[in-house]
Amino acid sequence: MLTQIISAGFGGQGVLLLGQLIAYAGLKEGYDVSWLPSYGPEMRGGTANCSVVVSDEEVGSPVVTQADIVVVMNRPSFEKYEKNVAKGGKLFVNSSLIDLKSTRDDIEVYYVPVNKLADDLGNGRVANMVMLGAVLEKTHVVSPVTAIDCLRASFGERKANLIPINERALEAGAEAVR
Amino acid sequence: MAVVFEKTKMLTDVPFHYCPGCTHGIAHRLVAEAVEELGMQDKAIGIAPVGCAVFAYNYFNCDMMEAAHGRAPAVATGIKRVHPDKLVFSYQGDGDLASIGTAEIVHAAARGEKVTTIFINNAIYGMTGGQMAPTSLEGQVTTTSPYGRKREHCGLPIRMSELIATLDGACYVERVSLHDVPNIIKAKNAIKKAMKYQMEGKGFTFIEVLSTCPTNWGKTPVEALKWLKENMIPYYPLGVVKEEV
Amino acid sequence: MAKKLMKGSEAIGEAAIQAGCRFFFGYPITPQNEIPEYMSRRLPQEGGVFLQAESEVAAINMVYGAGGSGARVMTSSSSPGISLKQEGISYIACAEIPCLICNMMRVGPGLGGIQPAQGDYFQATKGGGHGDYHLVVLAPSTVQEAANMVMEGFDIADTYRIPVMLLGDGMIGQIMEPVEFADYKKRELPPKTWAATGWDDKTRERAVINSLYIEPEQMKVVSERLLKRYALIKERETQVELYNTEDADYIIAAYGTTARIAKSAINKARQMGIKVGLIRPKTVWPFPDEAFSKAADTAKAFITIEMSTGQMVEDVRLAVNGKKPVEFFGTLGGFVPSTEDILEQIIKLKEAHE
Repeated sequence: MLTQIISAGFGGQGVLLLGQLIAYAGLKEGYDVSWLPSYGPEMRGGTANCSVVVSDEEVGSPVVTQADIVVVMNRPSFEKYEKNVAKGGKLFVNSSLIDLKSTRDDIEVYYVPVNKLADDLGNGRVANMVMLGAVLEKTHVVSPVTAIDCLRASFGERKANLIPINERALEAGAEAVR
Repeated sequence: MAVVFEKTKMLTDVPFHYCPGCTHGIAHRLVAEAVEELGMQDKAIGIAPVGCAVFAYNYFNCDMMEAAHGRAPAVATGIKRVHPDKLVFSYQGDGDLASIGTAEIVHAAARGEKVTTIFINNAIYGMTGGQMAPTSLEGQVTTTSPYGRKREHCGLPIRMSELIATLDGACYVERVSLHDVPNIIKAKNAIKKAMKYQMEGKGFTFIEVLSTCPTNWGKTPVEALKWLKENMIPYYPLGVVKEEV
Repeated sequence: MAKKLMKGSEAIGEAAIQAGCRFFFGYPITPQNEIPEYMSRRLPQEGGVFLQAESEVAAINMVYGAGGSGARVMTSSSSPGISLKQEGISYIACAEIPCLICNMMRVGPGLGGIQPAQGDYFQATKGGGHGDYHLVVLAPSTVQEAANMVMEGFDIADTYRIPVMLLGDGMIGQIMEPVEFADYKKRELPPKTWAATGWDDKTRERAVINSLYIEPEQMKVVSERLLKRYALIKERETQVELYNTEDADYIIAAYGTTARIAKSAINKARQMGIKVGLIRPKTVWPFPDEAFSKAADTAKAFITIEMSTGQMVEDVRLAVNGKKPVEFFGTLGGFVPSTEDILEQIIKLKEAHE
């Protein structure tokens, strides 16, 4: 198994964390993983992105150009990364902020209004987790249970109260693409 | 037979290479005696500069390091951070300290590194052959200021002691001179006091020592001492610039 | 100990601490700031000292002081900052002071950019500063290897009294990967009786840490001593990874980040039936000449792949020594080659030398 992922959006939309959670969960499930962020002024200009690789063999290239999964949280990311979805791959579009439709017919595209769904849950900041829920539902790259475990470990005691809302966000995202 | 005088054990028996009449030899002995009288010979680590005193590691009879040009305060920092209980001193000339090593000396002082810097100011580059130093006086003729140092061309000499004294990390700054015996005694006391403050953890200590360079000044040793007194001291006033301990 | 997901820079810092490094002197520069930041957080917890110097020049001279007085010490920087450190590195090499210097390369020359590159290969492997000397240069290709090499690097430095450089790039510093800190087993190391620690032990000579040898006879002695040591290091410390080379018609030469991407391309090429392998120098100095000259007996052609205009390729050509053609492919500007880029080069190489 080799899954290559790109997660992109505005800085602050949680796209790096989304990728990190997949990497943490992948490691926990026994895979080799890598997480590579863009860095420097690019981050300030608009789009932040990261490449994640989950593999049952040693990860070779951590640079992803032909992705099995691409998550785009804003319009510039859609425009930049739609072409990086490998043939037969999956593109996840935040339709709350992106009104474009993909013109590609060789990939699967999911339009998920993650900001709206997060707002409906009463916390706009979990939009990235709604998106992660959709991604995990359609790709099974890692299990949502593992992802929440990893989030719990990273939150610690102090932010444990935020776990339920994140669980609901994952579920809302999954539900939206079922 | 009664022994009435002994050379300090803090100096090796290697003969100094300094020119006749140069005051480096006196300065070395003062530093060495100060270390010995404080009982710190076995706990001292010195840093030699690049310049006439580059071979200081051959003369001071303690563990020594030779630094790149101007970097002695950074080297001293590295040593002292590893060995806070040791006496660490750097011995630097005016080109080394006040020109190429300005950043290092300013920041070591600003950090309040608990080290002692002996700054030999003879208003000229000695080793390289008498070029203009940042401390050369206005009008002073050197091999790179053959028409005399001109203010409008390269500014006026830097008073390092006054500059260092502005930094909160420096606890003791004094300017001394080696042009006569009373001043030599004062110089020794200042060096000793600086090292004492260092070991008490008071902060950065800095002793500027006005010195002669008869060879590159083109003077006899006696003329050089007179020149120092008449020309350098008016511009570089002697005394404690700062003592906040 | 369980595997932990860690940023390369932080793994480098943690490995240094676990190897007993308690002194770090550095100056901020992208893309390696996470190393000093990590050290500033962790070293005080371990009773060590992190100090942000006023410049790279000062930082390397603090390393000289700390290393010369016996401490296990490191600094890190990225390309322009490493240039500034070169004066000090040359002195350290001549004064025979062990230390670890990290260079997380960014693209240049000049201020260049902050994206990953491998343009400092010449500087790292051919000395770097003035004079006639070498560093041991370790080139990790994963975070785990970077951590291991940091630990080993300190031991190599202490064994041979030589500065060791960890030559990574912006990507190795920024990437997160699983890393496990194996129990660090320190080599048997000679006591540092040469260090300037204060001369209270009169059974040893007075310590003089120095790089000045005015008499040609004395300087010659030092150079000959270094030369002998370099030969010993070449014999004992050369490290290389061979990947799918046994039956390979075509050999890729690559190190660091580029090498791991080459592996992905090799896997794809093998699926297409192209017999291609990788020779990956893990020490870029000493350079694993033998691996190349041996492979040159059986392989049809070589290609060196770097994020530069072509630097390591010169060492590969020296090692192959005209036996087989050695081509070159480089990415510039801070671009990292993709698996597809390298696959394309493999196919071209095969077509040209079938």
